[in-house]
Amino acid sequence: MPLRLLRFGLGLARPDTRILPLPQELKPHYDVVIVGGGGHGLAAAYYLARQHGITNVAVLDKGYIGGGNTGRNTAIVRSNYLTDDGVRFYAESMRLYQTLSDELDINLMYSQRGHLTLAHTDASIRTMRWRAEVNKHLGVASELIGPDEIARICPQLNLSRAVRYPILGALSHPVGATVRHDAVAWGYARAAGRLGVAIHQGTEVVGFAIEGGRITAVETTRGRIGCGKVLIAVAGRSSLVCDMAGFRLPIRTVPLQACVSQPVKRFLDPIIVSGSLHCYIWQSQRGELVMGGATDPYPLYSTRSTLDFKEGLMAHMLELLPFLGEVKIMRQWAGLSDMTPDFAPVMGKTPLSNCYLTAGWGTWGFKATPASGKAMAACVADDRPPELIAPFRLDRFRELDQLGEAGAASVGH
Amino acid sequence: MSARERLPLPFGIAIDRSRPLGYSFDGRSGSGYAGDTLASALAGDGVWLLSRSFKYHRPRGLFSLAGHDANTMVQVEDEPNVLADRLVLREGLTATPLNGTGTLTRDRARILERLHRFMPVGFYYHAFFRPAGTWPRWEKLIRAMGGLGTVNTGQKHGYYDKAYAFCDVCVIGAGPAGLSAALEAAAAGAEVIIIDDQALPGGALSFAREEVDGDADALRRSLLSQIEAQPSITLWSGAICQGWFTDHWLPVTRGDRLYKVRAAAVVIATGTIGQQVVFRNNDLPGIMLGSAAQRLMRLYGVRPGTRAVILAADEAGYGVALDLIDAGVEVAALLDLRTEVPASPLAAAVRERGVPVRPRMAVAEAVEGRNHLSAVRIAPVVGEGTLGTAGETIACDLLCLSAGGVPNAALVCHAGGSVRHDAVSGRFVVASTPPDLFVAGSVAGTESFAAAMAGGRRAGWQAARAAGFSNPHEPQVEPAMVAPAGPMPWPIFPHPKGKDFVDYDEDLTVSHVRDAVAAGFDSVELLKRYSTAGMGPSQGRITNPVLYRLLAQATGQSVEAVGSVTVRPPIGQEKIGHLAGRGFDPVRLSPIHHRHQELGATMMVAGTWLRPAVYGEGGQEASIRDEVRAVRNGVGLIDVSTLGKIEVRGPDAAAFLERIYTFAFAAQPVGRVRYALMTDEVGNVMDDGVAARLHAHHFYVTATTGGADGVYRFMQWCNAQWRLAVDIANVTAAYAAVNIAGPRARAVLARLEGDLDLAPEAFPYMAVREGMLAGMPVRALRVGFVGELGYELHVPSSCGEAIWDRLLAAGQSEGIRPFGVEAQRILRLEKGHVIIGQDTDGLSTPGEAGLGWALSKKKPFFVGKAALELRQRRAMNRVLVGFVQTSTGPQPLENHLIFAGSEVAGRVTSVAFSPSLERVIGLAYVPPALAETGTALTIKGTGGRLIAAEVSKTPFYDPENRRQEM
Repeated sequence: MPLRLLRFGLGLARPDTRILPLPQELKPHYDVVIVGGGGHGLAAAYYLARQHGITNVAVLDKGYIGGGNTGRNTAIVRSNYLTDDGVRFYAESMRLYQTLSDELDINLMYSQRGHLTLAHTDASIRTMRWRAEVNKHLGVASELIGPDEIARICPQLNLSRAVRYPILGALSHPVGATVRHDAVAWGYARAAGRLGVAIHQGTEVVGFAIEGGRITAVETTRGRIGCGKVLIAVAGRSSLVCDMAGFRLPIRTVPLQACVSQPVKRFLDPIIVSGSLHCYIWQSQRGELVMGGATDPYPLYSTRSTLDFKEGLMAHMLELLPFLGEVKIMRQWAGLSDMTPDFAPVMGKTPLSNCYLTAGWGTWGFKATPASGKAMAACVADDRPPELIAPFRLDRFRELDQLGEAGAASVGH
Repeated sequence: MSARERLPLPFGIAIDRSRPLGYSFDGRSGSGYAGDTLASALAGDGVWLLSRSFKYHRPRGLFSLAGHDANTMVQVEDEPNVLADRLVLREGLTATPLNGTGTLTRDRARILERLHRFMPVGFYYHAFFRPAGTWPRWEKLIRAMGGLGTVNTGQKHGYYDKAYAFCDVCVIGAGPAGLSAALEAAAAGAEVIIIDDQALPGGALSFAREEVDGDADALRRSLLSQIEAQPSITLWSGAICQGWFTDHWLPVTRGDRLYKVRAAAVVIATGTIGQQVVFRNNDLPGIMLGSAAQRLMRLYGVRPGTRAVILAADEAGYGVALDLIDAGVEVAALLDLRTEVPASPLAAAVRERGVPVRPRMAVAEAVEGRNHLSAVRIAPVVGEGTLGTAGETIACDLLCLSAGGVPNAALVCHAGGSVRHDAVSGRFVVASTPPDLFVAGSVAGTESFAAAMAGGRRAGWQAARAAGFSNPHEPQVEPAMVAPAGPMPWPIFPHPKGKDFVDYDEDLTVSHVRDAVAAGFDSVELLKRYSTAGMGPSQGRITNPVLYRLLAQATGQSVEAVGSVTVRPPIGQEKIGHLAGRGFDPVRLSPIHHRHQELGATMMVAGTWLRPAVYGEGGQEASIRDEVRAVRNGVGLIDVSTLGKIEVRGPDAAAFLERIYTFAFAAQPVGRVRYALMTDEVGNVMDDGVAARLHAHHFYVTATTGGADGVYRFMQWCNAQWRLAVDIANVTAAYAAVNIAGPRARAVLARLEGDLDLAPEAFPYMAVREGMLAGMPVRALRVGFVGELGYELHVPSSCGEAIWDRLLAAGQSEGIRPFGVEAQRILRLEKGHVIIGQDTDGLSTPGEAGLGWALSKKKPFFVGKAALELRQRRAMNRVLVGFVQTSTGPQPLENHLIFAGSEVAGRVTSVAFSPSLERVIGLAYVPPALAETGTALTIKGTGGRLIAAEVSKTPFYDPENRRQEM
């Protein structure tokens, strides 16, 4: 038994000292106001305090922390992207994740399962080979494998050729992992709170006071806050919040749905993704099957769920894993994905001189949490994006200098 | 298992005693009757222990007997997680318990319960991760402990299907309110579907007792006979409405079928879920809702115990007491949480029958004996959730909880309605409903059959009106009928020694919840996520009301102020198979598909189509080369029916093409064909094809197989803004098309009768002609994708096989050979033609792909023009070039990278051995500095092996393009 649990059990330590910081009154001024208490915002707050000594920081969230996409994503982390810039960035994020439990003193249940992206057409075989070659060059474990190797890694998959979309190969990413998503938000919140960051839940931003090209104050449902700098980290609401700040984003916001089955005994270890069939699946520690698919086909600011999504997803799921027919669905839900034209995120400066943005996280934001938080903290502190995120600048769209990450999104969009 | 005698009628209305059924559970056989569920049959056989709990492996038995809790989950052969109280008994049914370690009665893993002190709430967040590398070992253990039922990974895909259903009014719930609503809606003229999750419709009428000498079953039968007499009402029993989706789109599972029901209006009459009462050991088998005990007796004729205690806070508890007495169960005591015993006829009757009725008394602790309740220790209620000194212990094997109900309002919440706590009545109530959705019966707060029926009639009338059916007689509900009967007492009595369960699924107790709140998880959603309360298979149905109250108490707020978690579909027992149905995934087949099969072609997936990759199955490499050589030296025939085909007609047809494609079309003569390249708004290459001008106002345009649907959509999307006078029609499926190519192509065509003048000057390269060929109307396009004399013949799809057959027959003497996509890829590569999507990626500009010649410089506008001009101001950083492999050994593969020193300089997009040139050729993106013909390239091949290549001019084959223009 782990020592800490022994100490809890014997009454030598409180089982739960305060994890989330106590609520505070709003102060009239913060050096940095972070809009959005999801993983990215909380991580940025933590790294601002830890690495840059900036602790007069407020994180504002209109609901509860981690209640947006941090708590709605399907918790997969990987770095087998397509562009050099993307692979470097996500590999750095994976590197941070691997030691994050220790750093934040909370078990994030980093679970290296291996990640298989199945290819059903020769077009996808070609894309996978491209990704594998770029990944390998940059030191990321990634290999195009054939059906025999797939059968060895995941014998449960239906590898018959007599199906509508036979499995021809797969991009194998042995370091693909899952992370307990809520705990990432809680861990950063606790660590940031201990360093003096104020976390204000139930505090919605309703406007910005802008003078001379900079934000002088943030208007909230609990009153006005003066600010030195502002970081916007609001995922699916990015366009709306930036609109309040007076600039537009090249972003479409579409719902992304997911669902989870009732728990069953362990039978599936790797994370299985099929881009052509628009589905992915992995089995949680509790035994639930976590399943998702493509984004909804139309823009919408709503997190309602639909029947069509489940019908299409499950039809394909049974092509891959035909024995799952009698497993019961337990819950379905939706989040909002802010999609950029090149399927790569936006990080860095904005048209306002003291306002910074991390957005465009589409369906790939969770895996980027530590790297985005760390880089954005540096960007805010130094007023200059670090090299790692420089390619993701907002004004690349104005210059039509796109990054081209569409081929690496886990499922077609 | 010993079959015990069932209670005589009027008990047991759901079972058919003339039809006994054998089953087995946990390896032992038992027997029940037709109409039993597995849970009732087991209870009839005296088996109360059904499962072991998730974390502590505590014994669990039936609780709601209505499918609300997950205690009854069993494994039925290969099917995991089946609720035994919803599982209709059938002959030979074989079930096994879940989550046991050892035997069900002696579970070795129950040792975990002793370790509960070492497993505080969220314990797994605080341990198992230091030092690094520790977690994977613990995770393995935790995963082995986790999960409930078992899937058999060898099981075959079962049969499931789907059906649509439509109605004016859909009523969910066939209790007194739902049945009344259906009758009223039907009376107004509406078509009605009633959906009820129980095998026996009637809701509370089938088991509850609200009068000393009432006959609820007679009322139930009377309502059902009226329903049966009403032809516009359909009643589905044993069917679960799994959710409410936008516009009253209701998925209903029944057996192995998913019904998708579209209704104009909905009545929710789903009743209540019995409220949980929290005290020490409140999870023991033998502790159940009063309604569950009544269901056992009334529906199945099963005596729920021999000596009972009733813990009541409502009138229904007294009805339970009377039923138990009638069934021969000794009622040792009725404890009423309220300060006073009601002066009702039921209460009087209970007292009259000698039952000690004890107001302000609660159960402080239940006592376990052999995996079952053996006694309760009782204590006086001295304050909200606080008890005085525990007093006497009452021996009993049954404890019935009857502390009111919580609205079973999940569907209301899916639809955007809400449930809130009402501080005055101490009850949870439906606070709002969305338009065209009405609630009736106990879900809406009524407490009597009469009130439920009155409310049902009104809701049915309202729903019918919302669906467009009006009835002048508007039913009214008297306010007095629906007023709640006094405040509901607080039902949570934490015990200093714990085991006071809040959530059965997750083995969570009061202190778990309080510790989580103390750790800062002090809002409902955070509390749920950290503690996992409500995250198990019963999704908080029973837990949430307790959770909200505890959170309110711990944070000093009102219960209303803490709010509630989001309720999401499905309701329960919705299978992946239900959603998948028959898994129909359409495939598009060319009109000539069967000919390819007859010729033994190997088919490949191409978008939604199947296409012949190569003819013949064995020795594919050789077959591909033979097909290539046939085209180069004689004549070949390929099915290109999958090409997108779009008709653009109207006075603005040329203007439309000028805008949508990059090339110039305004001056294109009728009878000529031009290359058509499409870019998107940011100048990336989207698709290509050719545009044949058939008339001043008529172009026939082709698109790539995979891109056709997108091109058509994009055209419509653009013209929705441009409003040009054109008609755009996707005629892909209307035409079959073949390409006959090779130096002997003309000779073969000439053998077919027809009115096309094939002479080179009459029908030159890049011309289009319409006419008759072999008795078929044909559009013939002289194009040269493969670089030989060639004709693309488009015929009505009904003529596809005929044109194929006639050409093969006519070409026999020329050695004509069908060729597939693989050969075509090589042929076009030899000519240096790009394949959009293979030699271009999401960011390729026409310039990079060597298609700059296809950009009109003179046009004021085409989609992507402004963006391309902007992008052209920057130096190009890559360009597509041809290369030949100069080193011997394995050839590179597509998307192998090109290196300049240690840096990636580019990548291979196409590569193949060219049978015509007898060397490996390909296309690759390289920086402009490496694009000069003759530049040496280094490609990193399979296994990191370096391959030498050299930039080469394209076309590789017939650089002067003489052959296609013959």
